Amino acid sequence: MKVNIKIEGKDYQVEEGTTILEAARACGYEIPSLCSYNHGECSQGSCRVCLVEATGARGLVASCVYPVAEGMEVKISSPKAVAARRTSVELLLSNHSQNCQQCRKNGHCELLYVAQLTGAREGAFTGEKTETHYDDLTPSIIRDSSKCILCGRCIERCKSAHGNGVLGFERRGFKTFVAPAGNLSLDKSPCLMCGQCVSVCPTGALLVKSEIGKVDAAMVSGKHVIVQTAPAVRAALGEEFGYPIGTAVTGKMVAALRRLGFEKVYDTDFGADLTIMEEATELLHRIESGGVLPMITSCSPGWVNYAETYYPDLLRHVSSCKSPHEMQGAILKSYYAQQKGIDPADIFVVSIMPCTAKKYEKDRPQMKNEAGLKDVDAVLTVTELAEMIRRSGILFKRLPDEEYDQDIMGEYSGAGTIFGVTGGVMEAALRTAYFVLEGKEHEGITFEQVRGFDDVKEASFALGGQTLNVAVTSGMRNASKLLDDVRAGKSKYQFIEIMCCPGGCINGGGMPIVRHAFLPDEDVDIVDTYRAKRAAALYSEDERNVLRQSHNNTQIQALYKEFLGEPNSHLAHELLHTSYKAREPFRA
Amino acid sequence: MVSKLNGAAEKQIVEICDRYKGEKTPLIMILSDIQREYGYVPLEVQEIVSAKTGISVAEIYGVVTFYSFFSLEPKGKNVIGCCLGTACYVKGGQRIIDQFSEILGIKPGQTTEDGLFTLDALRCIGACAAAPAVTINGKIYARVNVKDIPDIVAEYREGAVAHV
Repeated sequence: MKVNIKIEGKDYQVEEGTTILEAARACGYEIPSLCSYNHGECSQGSCRVCLVEATGARGLVASCVYPVAEGMEVKISSPKAVAARRTSVELLLSNHSQNCQQCRKNGHCELLYVAQLTGAREGAFTGEKTETHYDDLTPSIIRDSSKCILCGRCIERCKSAHGNGVLGFERRGFKTFVAPAGNLSLDKSPCLMCGQCVSVCPTGALLVKSEIGKVDAAMVSGKHVIVQTAPAVRAALGEEFGYPIGTAVTGKMVAALRRLGFEKVYDTDFGADLTIMEEATELLHRIESGGVLPMITSCSPGWVNYAETYYPDLLRHVSSCKSPHEMQGAILKSYYAQQKGIDPADIFVVSIMPCTAKKYEKDRPQMKNEAGLKDVDAVLTVTELAEMIRRSGILFKRLPDEEYDQDIMGEYSGAGTIFGVTGGVMEAALRTAYFVLEGKEHEGITFEQVRGFDDVKEASFALGGQTLNVAVTSGMRNASKLLDDVRAGKSKYQFIEIMCCPGGCINGGGMPIVRHAFLPDEDVDIVDTYRAKRAAALYSEDERNVLRQSHNNTQIQALYKEFLGEPNSHLAHELLHTSYKAREPFRA
Repeated sequence: MVSKLNGAAEKQIVEICDRYKGEKTPLIMILSDIQREYGYVPLEVQEIVSAKTGISVAEIYGVVTFYSFFSLEPKGKNVIGCCLGTACYVKGGQRIIDQFSEILGIKPGQTTEDGLFTLDALRCIGACAAAPAVTINGKIYARVNVKDIPDIVAEYREGAVAHV
């Protein structure tokens, strides 16, 4: 059903039931707001930034929640509406720490953006400020309530992604703030460190904890600094430098990393191939020997945190495999060091990840070798890498395309590349499991059944005379449905892939923030489509690769032949596998 | 943290949650019963309520800190509530609560070390004709004068002694 409305004096027909903000957008008007293109994360209409005049309404209305009606006349640019929006933003600023110059969110701050749009000035209203809280105890996320505008997006995102939301509003009125229950540090809360909250925060109230300083220090100290990049990174780094969403910038990224001074630039896709060898072997062993099934993937550290917190009784179901970058770090500090004649203690491994939970993961006591060396020394998110590139003066778009270093771990398969998207680990494992069980390669190569962004994807395959039932999910809200079945003994699957962030790593908390305000050339439906575009970048890189299966990676084969022996060997277990431990949701 | 609570206490909290099983929005009722029966709703208890209801601890904690009726700390034997609603405030409610504060040596919201008194600031309790009003353990003291306060406190202190 359409209704007739007027916007700025012009006639339009718009969908009935839509909000004024949505209707105006469809007609080519962008009303300044803090919720643009983030529908579903706030339904309160409480920030009052998007006020407009509308006939039939008393006073000014918040266009983000007020529905259009037949005959309505909407005024966006009337002096009254303009002044009201400015006042709304000035009121938000009045209780905001106004040290924008020092703020790491500067340049991506939506509050500063609407302040510019509305002409709001700092200091228009001065007076008492709410008591503030600062928490930088986790390795992943910093919470600074002095920057918080109480929009509640983080609360909504945490809840919608993972069900049992960690953040909430505390106290009331002027004293209100957002925090984990009890105003505990995130470090003591059931937080998964996934960073989804960071990716929706409009201001600097939730930030990724930076490790750039650690990398700088390692470079200065003369260590042998090696970098590896996760599959999903190539699919989004370009967004930070003006490329359309979904542009793979692998070659330029490698070129940039080399110019930043890393001795070696490797692809974590190699580690992903290694993970498949270990994980597929573990799965087949569990199936053959009547082991604990279903087996669940272990690549996603946010998911591991969730399992340890909420399903400690199911930890035996989680694969003992370390995640790909940890495996690669372990090999760098053993086999690589041996081959190159370098003391492992002099090697400093940096992982560029789409993920904030990886920062936490690398500090786990289980991720150290016998000598007490961490497999990975620093984890930078995609946004941190972009920061390093920008400050170095490198003009990213002018870089040539370069190749990863080819020695020892330079080869990688397309199966490794698709690890970055939900269903990718499963598909990569299926490609190898098919080969092992059928004795030949799968002709079609791909397994489309496990692709896409459905909450839960299921598939059955007849392999080697037996039926393999698998399921794929992401987001802990979805995962809990499958896990409750496992707990009740009702699960019909042998293998389940779980990733923490909805859609997988391509939607990780360390990825560039997707906001239309900062990506004006993108389509209007950006929030609905960015995951699919980033995923497509990975799938097309897989297609372009002549090597499509992990087990056909010749350097992986060489690694086993010369060093590890065979998958799940004693040495492989020592270096590439890990253990888990139940943890209390709230830790005093 | 749940482990800090003994089994019997945990069972009692679960029993309270079960009272409102069929309710659509049981949270306030559960928390009210716990507050009334135990005098406070600490985080450990909220965790049990969360597990029973599926409502996140963050949300429960938000509710507990939103309403002044709920308390995170155990309340004292005698709960003194000073009304600071508009009528009481105009009639000198602030001076009344300040005087209690001085005599007891605690701020509003706190409990004395001996556990005898908790001092609360209340919003309008609907006893405007009695302004400035004070409630002690539910009993209303009307038109309280600052001069009367030492005697009022002494009365409860002695009462406590008499019980021992």
